[in-house]
Amino acid sequence: MISTLQQYLQFPFVRYALIVGTLIALCSSLLGVTLVLKHFSFIGDGLSHVAFGAMTVAAVLQLSNDMLFVMPATILCAVLLLKAGKGARIQGDAAVAMISVGALAIGYLLLNLFSTSSNLSGDVCSTLFGSTSILTLTKEVVWLCAALSVAVVVLFVLFYNKIFAVTFDEDFSRAVGTNVEGYNLLIAVVIAVIIVLAMNLVGSLLISALIIFPALSAMRLFKSFKQVTLCSAVLSVACALGGMLISILAGTPVGSTIVAMDIAVFLLFSLIARFRA
Amino acid sequence: MALITCRSLSLGYESHVILENLNFCVNPGDYLCIVGENGSGKSTLMRTMLGLQKPLSGEIVLGDGLRESEIGYLPQQTAVQRDFPATVWEIVLSGCQSRAAKRPFYRRSDKALVEENMRRMGIEHFRKRCYRELSGGQQQRVLLARALCATRKLLLLDEPVTGLDPKVTAEMYALIANLHREGVAVIMIAHDIAASVRYATHILHIGASVFYGTVGEYQNSAMGRKFLSLEGGDAA
Repeated sequence: MISTLQQYLQFPFVRYALIVGTLIALCSSLLGVTLVLKHFSFIGDGLSHVAFGAMTVAAVLQLSNDMLFVMPATILCAVLLLKAGKGARIQGDAAVAMISVGALAIGYLLLNLFSTSSNLSGDVCSTLFGSTSILTLTKEVVWLCAALSVAVVVLFVLFYNKIFAVTFDEDFSRAVGTNVEGYNLLIAVVIAVIIVLAMNLVGSLLISALIIFPALSAMRLFKSFKQVTLCSAVLSVACALGGMLISILAGTPVGSTIVAMDIAVFLLFSLIARFRA
Repeated sequence: MALITCRSLSLGYESHVILENLNFCVNPGDYLCIVGENGSGKSTLMRTMLGLQKPLSGEIVLGDGLRESEIGYLPQQTAVQRDFPATVWEIVLSGCQSRAAKRPFYRRSDKALVEENMRRMGIEHFRKRCYRELSGGQQQRVLLARALCATRKLLLLDEPVTGLDPKVTAEMYALIANLHREGVAVIMIAHDIAASVRYATHILHIGASVFYGTVGEYQNSAMGRKFLSLEGGDAA
């Protein structure tokens, strides 16, 4: 088994996949706690569908580097959804549902009408479930992913204390003059960036799992915000690496293998928490 | 000079006016209780004083060198907080966020302030405990310590004893009275009129008619007498 792995690791695209996958897993786990506790998970889910829609538009336009289109489009929608979510709660939810389902439908329609690809359902499947896309990244996309991941981690570390404060108590933060709207905007934009990155790893339908499962697992066992954040980062990286290695050796789809690992860890942590109590 | 002055304030949402032409001020050393029935606009008034909401008309002026970021606020607890994975230390430290507004990390002086305020609230031995595992009274002490990190002059408390049992309620009132004696001005929304009259220096009663004055004036006013006897009747 080790020798098979060594053989695979000689291919540069496998090494790229492992590096980028690890980085993406790291940054996708960082905001998980905030997303869960702020009830922003619905925005995350909606955005992943938007990213799918944007990806199909990029495919139809035959852009060489589709991230250059998908990224701004998703960020724009993140900002719009945040604004919509500010009014009455129902309206915000409805807006998310409208945009996300709309993006899915229009995306599939566009692909059917204009796609020049011979393997349409294969393309759709890999965009939704990321079956092989992490292994087919070009060198420039690898660099772009790496740079963005590092940027997300740096931003998170710099604003860690403010993100904590705003997540725990928006009203208190606003009362003492913290720019809550600004930080919410920052969180939404970073989520959009993470989603577009994670689409390469697990596909657009499974992104929420990548973001939320490590945070939920860590919240079973740990008591401080810092421990929960660190633990979910470690879990996310471990599951992503483990999932990718298994999928290389066993030939399973990368995205769903990683998410299956995340689910297994969540169940394990829930069990441990129950025995402790 | 007054810490906070409200002049001909009107409150409400869009076209719906809740309160009109409200005038009062809070001086250093004051302990003001805001009383009134549910829906009379107590929380709206407090949110407006904190700048979380704009008044329909009128103005709120801060004085005596008080800046908007130096008001300590104890909000009512939200559902999110009850299940939040954070230690006491982390939460109290977040009270220093306005002191560290332009910096990404907290300084040693911020952490010293956290220590001081945890001691004042008697929660220093809870520092590593998880917030969601504490009792209601302990959680309120944590949030009060956080508010104290943001201010030395003025505390705004939104029903700080809601959901606490009588013994813990009495402890909480004593704690607040202590802070008042130490020189922190207090504005508190209260349900318990008897405790308000006992601890406060001033009463603001809002509703169909408005009263603002000292506790003595309130007890002698027609409005105060009516309300006090009503509450007394309820308790008996």
